[in-house]
Amino acid sequence: MKEEIFISGRNLPHIDPHLELWHWPISLYLFLGGLAAGILFFAALVVLFRKEDKYIGAVKYATIIAPIAIGVGLLALLYDLSHVWYAWRLYVTIRLESPMSWGAWTLMVIMPISILWTLSYFKEYFPKWNWDFGLISYFDWVIDFLIYHRRILAWILVPATILLGIYTGILLSAFNARPLWNNPILGPLFLTSGLSTGAAAIILLSKSHAERRMFSMIDLVLIGTELFLITHMLMGMLAGSQVQHEASLLLLGGEFTVSFWVFVIILGLAFPAILEIFELVGFKVPAIIPALLVLLGGVMLRFIMVEAGQLTRYLY
Amino acid sequence: MRYAMAIDTKKCVGCSDCVVACQTENNVPEGFCRDWVTESVSGTYPQVEIELRSERCNHCEDAPCVRCCPTGASQIVDGGIVIVEHDECIGCGACIESCPYDARYVHPEGYVDKCTFCLHRVTEGLQPACVSVCPTKCMYFGDIDDPNSEISNMLKTRKQKTLAPEAGTNPHIFYLV
Repeated sequence: MKEEIFISGRNLPHIDPHLELWHWPISLYLFLGGLAAGILFFAALVVLFRKEDKYIGAVKYATIIAPIAIGVGLLALLYDLSHVWYAWRLYVTIRLESPMSWGAWTLMVIMPISILWTLSYFKEYFPKWNWDFGLISYFDWVIDFLIYHRRILAWILVPATILLGIYTGILLSAFNARPLWNNPILGPLFLTSGLSTGAAAIILLSKSHAERRMFSMIDLVLIGTELFLITHMLMGMLAGSQVQHEASLLLLGGEFTVSFWVFVIILGLAFPAILEIFELVGFKVPAIIPALLVLLGGVMLRFIMVEAGQLTRYLY
Repeated sequence: MRYAMAIDTKKCVGCSDCVVACQTENNVPEGFCRDWVTESVSGTYPQVEIELRSERCNHCEDAPCVRCCPTGASQIVDGGIVIVEHDECIGCGACIESCPYDARYVHPEGYVDKCTFCLHRVTEGLQPACVSVCPTKCMYFGDIDDPNSEISNMLKTRKQKTLAPEAGTNPHIFYLV
């Protein structure tokens, strides 16, 4: 038996007795970043495969969420910074060793592109309006230029969104001081989850049956991949060093077991997968239910991983 | 030049003088500390062993806090001392998350703060505040690249350990056991 106590009265805020420095702003941002990455990834793919007419929900409607999600996510991040007036320091250097640094730069690429993308569809959102008046007609050439070069935006978006999606996981997995985070599966897991929530958002905003069916199929594959990755992650940790083994027990019998299994595994992955299978074989299932469940699962995965990871550490 | 600290756990009585000296020397705000004393009890009664350790930033060779800092505010300066440049710190907390020793905290003014090995004293040839006040003289500070320094001799002759070496950070606070 070993017991360690501070006898000099150390009680640092947010650090003792256990770390709880990162809260909902970080979890929310990781979710929104993954969601935006997923939506824009599919929108870009649809454009690159020249299927815009078939998958209107993906390219035109779901993409409105992307700049809003990134904007809200960035505000949450800024809110979380304790020395916020120095935030510009992020953009006077590139530190490749630091996932947060290249993640910040990736956001700087994706944020304007997501705005330009929705701008290129701007007139189509309000088809009944007359756009030939006053100042707005001066900007016609900008919108025409964007519509003409949409494929270039799509080519940039494909690698950039994958980078953004995987970065939300790598940001956490780079911290070897927190054994629950410190596993190489977390990057791919968060990327898959981000793509899955992106597909769910497209299903929510799509009006065409064929499109919903297509993205339900994609979502099903992604959910399967996610379940595989989670199993793989827990297996790896159970077989890992003592600190990793103990970290995995937080999700397998410990404090976060119920929330993880009920909200992430059952409600967020298994249940929507079953509903989507029902829908694909012909039963009538309102598409909104599995889509909302997938989004809920995505949120809960980020919150649980961020909170639980900070409980794990090296003991000496 | 590589600064390091060796702390004799057999001589430490856990008086916390090092903690108070640091708080005074470095104007550490109330409720915060850059160093602290841990009492580690192992075994079951009556076979128990107590180890007292004065702990602080380990000024790691492969410092994860320096690696993950997005702005370069966390940096290693001459002598291997890990510091935070306050005017470059955005307060994101990545370094706090990355430290296996939980040796950093968010200063009430927003930036992240930590032990500097009393860089301002060391550059003037003085000992860090914690070392200079230790009533049992259980702390040794110096250059481990110099084979004749007091700390090098202590590390040559005494059995020693570092904390959580499996975290892979190559820490530079040595505990003589």
